[in-house]
Amino acid sequence: MKRFNFELLFSGTNAAFLGGLVAFFLLFLAIQPIQKRAVSTTLELLHVSFDPTREVIHEINEAFALDWQKFKGGKVKIFQSHGGSGSQARSIADGLPADVASFALFTDMEAIAKKKLLHSGWEKTKGVVSPPWGTAIVFLVRKGNPKKIMDWNDLAQPGMGIITPNPKISGNGRLVFLSAWGYMLEKGLSDSEAREFLKNIYKNVPVMDASARASQVTFFQKKIGDVQLSFESEALMAVQESEGLLEIVYPSISIKVDPPIAVVDVNVDSKGTRDLAEIYLNFYYGTEAQRIIAKNGYRPSDPSIAKEFESKFPPMKLFELSVVGNSWAEVQSGFFGEDGIFDQVFKAIRNEGKR
Amino acid sequence: MKPSKGSPLPGLSLSLGYSVTYLSLLVLIPLSACFIKAASLSPAEFWNIVWSERTRAAYSLTFTTAFLAALINAVIGFLVAWVLVRYEFPFKRFVDAMIDLPLALPTAVAGLVYSSLYVESGWLGQYLVPLGINAAYTKFAIVWVLVFTGFPFVVRTVQPVLEEIEPEVEEAASILGASRLQIFLRILLPTVFPAILSGFAQAFARGLGEYGSVIFVSSNIPYKTELAPVLIVTRLEEMAFPEATAIATILLIASFLLLAFINTIEIWSKRLGK
Amino acid sequence: MANNPTNIVPLKKKRPEDPLWLRYLLTILALGVVTLIIGIPVFHVFFRAFEKGPMVYLDNLFGNPNTRHSILLTLSIAPRVVFLSVIFGVAAAWAIARFRFPGRTILLTLMDLPLAVSPVVAGLVFVLMFGMQGWMGDWLSKNNMQILFGTPALVLATCFVTLPYVVRELIPVLEAYGEEEELAAVSLGANGWQMFWRITLPNIRLALVYGIILCNARAMGEFGAVYVVSGRISGLNDTMPLRVEKLFQEYDMPAAFALASVLTFLALITLGVKTYLEKNIVHQQSDAGEKS
Repeated sequence: MKRFNFELLFSGTNAAFLGGLVAFFLLFLAIQPIQKRAVSTTLELLHVSFDPTREVIHEINEAFALDWQKFKGGKVKIFQSHGGSGSQARSIADGLPADVASFALFTDMEAIAKKKLLHSGWEKTKGVVSPPWGTAIVFLVRKGNPKKIMDWNDLAQPGMGIITPNPKISGNGRLVFLSAWGYMLEKGLSDSEAREFLKNIYKNVPVMDASARASQVTFFQKKIGDVQLSFESEALMAVQESEGLLEIVYPSISIKVDPPIAVVDVNVDSKGTRDLAEIYLNFYYGTEAQRIIAKNGYRPSDPSIAKEFESKFPPMKLFELSVVGNSWAEVQSGFFGEDGIFDQVFKAIRNEGKR
Repeated sequence: MKPSKGSPLPGLSLSLGYSVTYLSLLVLIPLSACFIKAASLSPAEFWNIVWSERTRAAYSLTFTTAFLAALINAVIGFLVAWVLVRYEFPFKRFVDAMIDLPLALPTAVAGLVYSSLYVESGWLGQYLVPLGINAAYTKFAIVWVLVFTGFPFVVRTVQPVLEEIEPEVEEAASILGASRLQIFLRILLPTVFPAILSGFAQAFARGLGEYGSVIFVSSNIPYKTELAPVLIVTRLEEMAFPEATAIATILLIASFLLLAFINTIEIWSKRLGK
Repeated sequence: MANNPTNIVPLKKKRPEDPLWLRYLLTILALGVVTLIIGIPVFHVFFRAFEKGPMVYLDNLFGNPNTRHSILLTLSIAPRVVFLSVIFGVAAAWAIARFRFPGRTILLTLMDLPLAVSPVVAGLVFVLMFGMQGWMGDWLSKNNMQILFGTPALVLATCFVTLPYVVRELIPVLEAYGEEEELAAVSLGANGWQMFWRITLPNIRLALVYGIILCNARAMGEFGAVYVVSGRISGLNDTMPLRVEKLFQEYDMPAAFALASVLTFLALITLGVKTYLEKNIVHQQSDAGEKS
């Protein structure tokens, strides 16, 4: 009897079970988990990088795709993801399927290596030992430098508005912190004097963004602050974009920034993209990519290209990491770890504010 | 799974099976993942994280800004509801419809617009900043953008209650010699008070969790303008999962308590109405 | 009082009037507030979007492949989310409005949970579930599946935040109608589907559309939850709101505002449809002989 069947289907635990099954099925249907090893006709790569490299990587990707079409035939598409250096490392550790990764700091590469995403010996690969690009921390000021900011010690003056991103998650932020620290050590000041100095600098920070680019927007677009402590590449780009409203000041000393780039071994092996990823990484050392790198304000590693762009990059006194610590791991935990120097500096600012 | 009052209508088990499974898969299991991750900390560690100075500053900022925004909303929301119900003016229906915009507009757009309006070079900022009113990157900016996101709640809870107040009540009172102010304070305000409270709590709850818009206007200085939701993301990106989830748990519990509070007020005001 | 028949047809009784100056003052104040909080920002979006003329506007929207992709992605996610929310909404509303069972109140409260949870936490829980450092990451990766940092996670996170929208609209309407018609249909021998399609669905039609509109608006505009699970891959995982933020950071303010204007326009349409439906639902409900 039809009526009886119907009752049976729509009441009782059977029906509840059926409903649950349907819910599961529909949810699955709607989200359609991506098959990781999907075979695609166009070759695809994902380059996960830190924040200020948006434009340079975009341009290199286009050049690479053209090059590939010319010499190998066929299409290659490279996707980009950008964010604070530390947060990008976190995303890769969480499973962001990056084929190639580049970070502002060595320590972020170390973080994904710790998650066993890189094969051993990664420290000795070309992209890590001698990256295709380099940069430094410089000061970006408004036209005519109204606050007369010449060097690090000017930043600690009361009433200065300094824009720099959060050192906890941004490479830019960490490098600024270390540069200021290195400057103090160079001046022969003690540890506690350096802390006092940093406290005075960070007291002057009105906005602390999550990444280099976000800071740039705050300083340049929203016109907040008197000086931005920025990557040289970002500063050069901002000066160009601003059409004379911004200027660069080169401080007397700054930390040497060599953003490492590497193929993410585990991901390329599982996706079968290793060959392409390695060719792509090598492309960064070619003349064409080196020119693009220089054009976008990064110091190229190739000496001949560097000579070509000599006028764009004035010589700077850069100090090595060894000035501030023995290893990146030590620097990372000592300065930026839980209750590290950065946290202590902020606590001191907080306590001062209370009084 | 039998209905307690044997209803002859079909479909209880099927619909219940479906909705409970869907709810569990999408909300309950993932949320419990959050709780369990937080539970991987020892009580002392958990306490240290959720009660460290920086997180305390973040909560207190989150709560005070959300509270202030909800308070402002209670006042201006009541004003707007009052005017919409009692007075006639041109384009009233249009204005009435626009009240709900903050619910329909993506919060990221709201943040983008507010930040570009109130910075020194913005449309409103150029007049306000010289006056010393800085509504970008300050606590005030956060409050102000939260006022936007929570704006419809008080208006929409107060409006129907004001409409339902019968004119006879006021008439009777005024015949008996009560002044307008007395009528307002003694009759109208007590009647709409539960509605204001409910709208206030909704706006407050919304403000506690807001992220999309405040990320554009807050300046993220630890201890000063760092909000709890922003701190969660920062912690997450520092790979400090247990810390992130611990803070999230506290926020979750607070919001849930508020939700329960709202429901209680609603039941209470329904009883009051009867 | 709720069933008092005088309430059904609102009688236009005159209230004691406030003095004229007070009326003007309050009206101006209220309009000022609405203009400041809502009017100016909306106007500002469209102004900034069209500042350089309509051709530039169109080029900003459709000239950039990543922006185009973000529009398509949002258009592909929103219908899926709405579909799931509708089925859940109808099922849950049916169970809750028509039956009494143990745990009913708990279910009702749990359904509201996504409204109370910060969207950021909504994203975080999926990272904890599906990330490589999370519960299911290893298993998924061994089975060649990926959820996080892809469309699946975007759909899930959006479903999470939009879950209550449809069901919250349906429950009061179902309760207002009462079950008489459905009971009659069943006793006359209609089966469950017939009853649903012929009686229930026509009755809740408008409320359902209303719920869909609200759910769709939220689905298209969600930022916090999808931000956490997107992996920030341009041209792959950027929804429209995420793209707005990215354009903003790439100094492309006109393009950011152009895309923002599309979202604002969608919001305005949502409001229009909503206002229209609200009027009709009120009529329908008072026809059903219950309070509006």
